[in-house]
Amino acid sequence: MELFQQITQFVISGLATGAIYALIGLSFAIIFNSTGIINFAQGEFVMLGGVMTIFSLNVLHLPLIAAIAVAVAATTVVGVVFERLAIRPLKNATPLALIIITIGASILIRGVVMLVWGKDTQALPAFSGNDPISVVGATLLPQHLWIFGVTVLVIVGCRLFFHHTISGKAMRACSFNRRAANLVGISVGRMVLFSFVISAAVGSLAGVIIAPLTMTAYDVGVMLGLKGFCAAIMGGMGSGLGTVLGGLILGTLESLGAGLISSGYKDAIAFFILLLILFIRPQGLFKKGETERV
Amino acid sequence: MKSDKLKFLAFCLVVLLAPLPLAGGYLTNVLIFVGINGVLALGLNLLLGYAGQISLGQAAFFGLGAYGSGVLTTTYAMNPWLAMAVVAVCVAAFAFALGFPVLRLKGHYLAMATLGVGVIANIAFNETVDLTGGPSGLSGIPNLSIGGLIFDTDLKNYYLVWSFALVMIFLSLNLVNSRFGRGLRAIHDSEVAARVMGVNARLMKVQVFTLSAFISAIAGSLYCHVMTFISPTSFSFHVSVELLTMIVIGGLGSVYGSILGALLLTLLPEMLRTFHDYDIVVYGMLLISMTIYMPGGLVAGIPALFRRLLPARGSNA
Amino acid sequence: MKKLISTAFAAFSLFCLSTAALAAPPIKIGALFAVTGPASFLGEPERNTAQMVVDEINKAGGVKGRKLELIVYDTGGDATKAVQLANKLIKNDNVVAIIGPSTTGDTMAVAPVADKAGIPLVSCAAGSKITDPVRKNVFKTAQNDALAVARIYEQLKKEKKSKVAILSVSDGFGSSGREQLKAQAAAYGIQIVSDDTFGPKDTDMTAQLTKIRGSHAQAVICWGTNPGPAVVARNAKQLGLAIPLYMSHGVSSKKFIELAGDAAEGIRLPSGKVLVADLLPKNDKQKASLLAFIKDYQSHFKAEGDHFGGHAWDAVMLLKGAIEKGGDTPAGIRNALESTRNFAGIGGVFNYSAKDHAGLTKDAFTLVEIKKKDWVLVK
Repeated sequence: MELFQQITQFVISGLATGAIYALIGLSFAIIFNSTGIINFAQGEFVMLGGVMTIFSLNVLHLPLIAAIAVAVAATTVVGVVFERLAIRPLKNATPLALIIITIGASILIRGVVMLVWGKDTQALPAFSGNDPISVVGATLLPQHLWIFGVTVLVIVGCRLFFHHTISGKAMRACSFNRRAANLVGISVGRMVLFSFVISAAVGSLAGVIIAPLTMTAYDVGVMLGLKGFCAAIMGGMGSGLGTVLGGLILGTLESLGAGLISSGYKDAIAFFILLLILFIRPQGLFKKGETERV
Repeated sequence: MKSDKLKFLAFCLVVLLAPLPLAGGYLTNVLIFVGINGVLALGLNLLLGYAGQISLGQAAFFGLGAYGSGVLTTTYAMNPWLAMAVVAVCVAAFAFALGFPVLRLKGHYLAMATLGVGVIANIAFNETVDLTGGPSGLSGIPNLSIGGLIFDTDLKNYYLVWSFALVMIFLSLNLVNSRFGRGLRAIHDSEVAARVMGVNARLMKVQVFTLSAFISAIAGSLYCHVMTFISPTSFSFHVSVELLTMIVIGGLGSVYGSILGALLLTLLPEMLRTFHDYDIVVYGMLLISMTIYMPGGLVAGIPALFRRLLPARGSNA
Repeated sequence: MKKLISTAFAAFSLFCLSTAALAAPPIKIGALFAVTGPASFLGEPERNTAQMVVDEINKAGGVKGRKLELIVYDTGGDATKAVQLANKLIKNDNVVAIIGPSTTGDTMAVAPVADKAGIPLVSCAAGSKITDPVRKNVFKTAQNDALAVARIYEQLKKEKKSKVAILSVSDGFGSSGREQLKAQAAAYGIQIVSDDTFGPKDTDMTAQLTKIRGSHAQAVICWGTNPGPAVVARNAKQLGLAIPLYMSHGVSSKKFIELAGDAAEGIRLPSGKVLVADLLPKNDKQKASLLAFIKDYQSHFKAEGDHFGGHAWDAVMLLKGAIEKGGDTPAGIRNALESTRNFAGIGGVFNYSAKDHAGLTKDAFTLVEIKKKDWVLVK
């Protein structure tokens, strides 16, 4: 009975962490799908969301809602500037060059944040208190519900956007075949910019809602970005349910691994399973295989 | 062909004479690490620059080499040279076995898989405290020695590390101009086409992956004997990224480019130190602007720059 | 960019002028701190403090009429860089002594370099390994983890608690603490019923704490540096963990209380006396140094001086004392350092000897509890 109760706690905690990974994974996938870029600066968007919210709260003395809006908007602007200055000038760039550029951008953003806001870790107050909620013998915080809620909203929003609006459909067209999309009159360049906007917004939103739980500092982006990348790969780099499931599975595996096997090796367990998945189903867990075009 | 040999001889001469004007100053010490990073970058460049297979987990093999040598020579008091050979062969064997499933993957999946290998290895260095000393590191590793000559000063270590580096460079230069090297480049351009032409692409990719791991392991062994202390932070994801940056900046698919990249990225922090806390920002900006404005790396970029400048000067005269 | 260069140039020329104005050349002291990177929470206050103390010494006329010059390099918490920079300090800058590095890993990497060159190194890192075994030229100012562990175990023994769970961060600080916790347990009749770790950047520790909740432990000891322990405190509250939570001296600053919020209430930890300086009795030897340090730091940086900065304060003052006594040669400084007795600094009362280059006893630590967002002494 005690073990059962422990396992429910592991699973519930894992799902909560997994939802964060899923959100970040989604923001990875949005850029990847319309541009083929793995944005290694994605974690920095997450960090910016948290750091800027705290800045708007503590220095600008805005109310929470306004602070969040300012943070998401500001991060989106960073996303746009990044695309304009670092991605667009490259014509016919190799994937490798893009990887290096995004790594460079992540170092740059981290450095600027460190210089402007310092190196201290900061905490954001919880949105609706810190009183634990009991769910089937396990405990959760109200903030976890916020995370689940926002994740669901973002997924639904993405689904609606990508399947039911002209811009969304145009972006999907770019992801299937850029040249064909261009030929039917879609401005690929604008879609790329658009994907950076959405991705930065989603990433920063993730950063905002987790900041009360995990706290934030200039260097939190690296690990979160890595885990989000992991989630997206597990789900096959799609911007839908696959990535979300990937994130939830990753979070649960980590939590179960830490609780039942060894806390020191928990990340190793998660990455080991990721490797197995890649070896057995290289196209991700939830995606049909593709044939390679020459 | 003859000019290639001359180039290599000239390079040897530069390496031989470089420490003389430094007179044992701390730059000799920096140049030792340029040598080690150069060997590592070369290993990665064979894999990425020639065969087109990305790896974000080079630090794993580097670390395995360093820890292998470190543990064998301290806890088990093995002869350092023997340990170096044993470890390099073991790491290569491990990479060979790992290569078959990993190199079936492509693009970002390959990047993720190699990154995963790197992360797992780093966690293993941290967690096997009884063997590796864990996060607080492994100390008391002996210096290398030949007969009565102990490599315990910067100058001696410089020549030690660079003789290894020169041998590796020489072998790599021969390799890339061989049938094997041409096969690798064919895989880089189009794997399917290479296969149609009768190149055993799968096996060749694994072979070059193994070679790259072997080279990294040797660099690791050298590193541990030069430093006499190792800790897991020296073999983190960050190191893999730095190596990647070195070869991109130096020049993908160029042996000398690897060395040039290693030289720049190892010296860069030294030069940036005048900026104090700003150096991280400058570093980020350099990475971005280099990739945008010199996509072929310095090896291709500098001659192109000269070509652009020289005719202009000629017409003025 | 241009502005940056011009300010740097202006600062440099100003610096040249100010040094040229002096008759005797300054005594050069090197410093290696992890000002950036994961250990910047150590390196930054250390650098600030060291620079502040050196400036103040110079303002008061220097050491025996000669100014001190502090040359600080940032290791970024990277052992390879630390070694390169130590070489630079020794060979290019010709320093007579080195303060730092900030972390145990960096220190272990640099120690053989300094020892070989015969330059005294006063480390600001906590690992017991640094001075055990004793190296001729290596000293340290940070209190050994062993002493902090002893302080906690003493209290547990007093309360007749014998089963503990330990939860440590998987970096140099955590693993060194974990080693000590395990090594000393038997001597205090304590049994470790659960031994878990967490990563320095982990964001959720409920899994480990759930396991601990099911392990019949009577107390949890968490060994880490911010922000991990703050997450542990919050998660413990979330899970309704009823047993007392002990932290290490790695979080003994107001920052921890700020991060953990309400969850910090009732947490105990061993700390250097700097936290509770105003609560100390008047006859405490350290009180004067502590109050001076806190006041200085407050007026310079508008922030609370913590005990990390204190390590650098102690290092500079110890060197100052050693230079006054032993002259400005590395060997003279080393010998004078080794004969330092009864130096009441921030970390404690230092007594170095040929056999002890750490110099502190467990009196250096007091056990404090967090009540109403402030520290109180545990009796």
